[in-house]
Amino acid sequence: MQTITGAIALIKALEREGVDVVFGVPGGAILPAYDPLLDSPIRHVLARHEQGAGHMAEGYAHATGKVGVVIATSGPGATNIMTPLQDALMDSVPLVAITGQVASSSMGNDAFQEAATTGMAMHCTKHSYLITRVEEIATVVHEAFHLASSGRRGPVLIDIPKDLLAAEVEWVDLEPIDLPGYRPTTSGHPRQIRQAIDLLMSSERPVLYVGGGVIAAEANAELLAFAEAAQVPVTTTLMARGAFPDSHPLAMGMPGMHGTYTAVTAIQKSDLLVALGTRFDDRVTGNPATFAPGAKVIHVDVDPAEIGKVRNAEVPIVGDAKVVLDQLSKEMAKRTGPAPPGRSAWLETVAKWQDQHPLRYDQTEDGPVKAQFVVEQLFEATDGQAIVVSGVGQHQMWASQFWSFSRPRTWINSGGLGTMGFAVPAAIGAKVACPDELVVAIDGDGSFQMTFQELVTAASEGIPVKVVLINNGGHGMVRQWQTLFYRRRYSATDLNTGYPDYPALAEATGWVGIQAATPAEVRPAIQKMLGIDDRPVLLEVRTDPEEMVWPMVPAGGSCDDILLGPEDLQ
Amino acid sequence: MRHTLSVTVEDKPGVLARIASLCARRGFNIRSLSVGPLHLPGLSKITLVVDDVEVEQVTKQLHKLVNVLKISELDPDDSLEREVLLARIAANSDNRREVRDAAEVFGATTLDVGGDSITFELCDHPSRLGDFLKLVEHYGVLDLVKSGRVALARGAKAKAVTNQ
Repeated sequence: MQTITGAIALIKALEREGVDVVFGVPGGAILPAYDPLLDSPIRHVLARHEQGAGHMAEGYAHATGKVGVVIATSGPGATNIMTPLQDALMDSVPLVAITGQVASSSMGNDAFQEAATTGMAMHCTKHSYLITRVEEIATVVHEAFHLASSGRRGPVLIDIPKDLLAAEVEWVDLEPIDLPGYRPTTSGHPRQIRQAIDLLMSSERPVLYVGGGVIAAEANAELLAFAEAAQVPVTTTLMARGAFPDSHPLAMGMPGMHGTYTAVTAIQKSDLLVALGTRFDDRVTGNPATFAPGAKVIHVDVDPAEIGKVRNAEVPIVGDAKVVLDQLSKEMAKRTGPAPPGRSAWLETVAKWQDQHPLRYDQTEDGPVKAQFVVEQLFEATDGQAIVVSGVGQHQMWASQFWSFSRPRTWINSGGLGTMGFAVPAAIGAKVACPDELVVAIDGDGSFQMTFQELVTAASEGIPVKVVLINNGGHGMVRQWQTLFYRRRYSATDLNTGYPDYPALAEATGWVGIQAATPAEVRPAIQKMLGIDDRPVLLEVRTDPEEMVWPMVPAGGSCDDILLGPEDLQ
Repeated sequence: MRHTLSVTVEDKPGVLARIASLCARRGFNIRSLSVGPLHLPGLSKITLVVDDVEVEQVTKQLHKLVNVLKISELDPDDSLEREVLLARIAANSDNRREVRDAAEVFGATTLDVGGDSITFELCDHPSRLGDFLKLVEHYGVLDLVKSGRVALARGAKAKAVTNQ
């Protein structure tokens, strides 16, 4: 029997899973794995920092639903991917991370570039493996892909000591996965499905509260069918933007801290919340004790631990959103009774709120540029046909609010962890996954400065993404809180130092750099950016540092006390 | 409120660390923990006693660990619970007889007799260990060690653990 090295087995195992691209940075302990990569059809994108590689893999996974793969070496390579791993855990992103480890004989001896990778990863992965025998490598890769991409998606880490990558092993055919402790439930219990429809048929003011689980489950078509059949208004969380078309009459936009008045108020006044693939995050609920006080809850989630964690559910349904939505639609089709009397009045009320309290901002002709204006101009110029990736902060909220999403996987951001620096590398990953799509990162200056070394990656690897940099000269969201809650004492939020010169930085890294500083310059600059396809382009727009994100439900406050603008402060 | 959980796990490296660190991370206060291999190859059983928690969250979060196979909560009124205690009690030639008599009331075994102490072993229900300690406390406890709790459901409630 011919034998191969553990490293070759690793790469063959990745090929067997259908991997077409990996993102990584080599180093001492992972070196053996990089050699067979040269002979593999798998593309390796060489990031400039392992954190960037991790976010690239996440961007790839967000854009496709497929498992993203990141490779890093031991020690600092491994510690640098902890942020993307935690990010992927919080946002249920399917990821497999492969880290080199020092040789088995050196482990525990504080060897060069040694870190307790699996110990660190324990809290920021769905599962982790430390390979102890070379024979395990291929099987574990298969298990890891299964774990990452089924049930509640998430990151899985495989730590492989260097000597095992070099050890010889026989290549064997796949055996069926044997994970007796892991059997995710996909279809909802029939009794619960009936109870859910009973509740829905008797409710007068229902709301569909939709989270990222609907996108993960590819359930947008089922959601649309169910919402239309049931005539229930829909709110999509930050992780679910694009799961339901914003242009639809039943769409209310985003709930939560910076949600629309309509979505926030409809939840507060509802008598039934149908929560789908969502986890009652504090950024949605504010103070959970005052959240949707009159509502009964139907909670559908593939992760049973989310049901009842924050809010008790009258009808708990463990299952995959796609399957359960289909079950709910079928059950509803059996019912023939009339809709409850209040239902049409409810939809009218919701429509009235939408009329009275749309999202708004004021862009004067010669005043400072408003970020919201930039987002709207970009939307118009692209006809909304783009994958939008964002960093974390004010620009993220404005992008989510003012972009009208029409399909899933076109909005990629860091929701749960709020990882600044996410946008540039995640956009690169998305563009690698979808080379024919326009991929635009809407980033903030603070966020951008955390990972901008990856500009070099995009230029060097020929990945023509676009970045619209909303430069308001500071950590805008923190500054907003200082304005509102710290008596305008601006501590450490000013980035308006004159450095870096963004267009020059772009040019120095092989990008095209463009700048716009007035409202009139915005649209032409966007057109210019969109006209360049053969190189990555950065468009810096100087925006108003005073602008704040509205509406706002202050952290821990009640959603009843939503502030619509500065005029609502005292 | 105290809960006793019986957790069947795959005997894989790190499984105890995963359980312990999950409890720490989620703020579940571990009162007692004991672990040992089952009669079935590749499996271990953990008896976990947690305090002041929503036991449903503990159970659900533990179930998310890939190596956790089965969790059952044991009703204290319908289960058998044991802890082992080793205690070195001060005893000199004057009161040695008295201390041993007291300990024997509880069925404690004498493991070692020294010049100024006696070491007892007692394996019993946790509440009986408490009673025993109260009784011997005034002689002077020189050192003491207690095992974690082990527990099984009683006859009718108990299901055989099989390898699927």
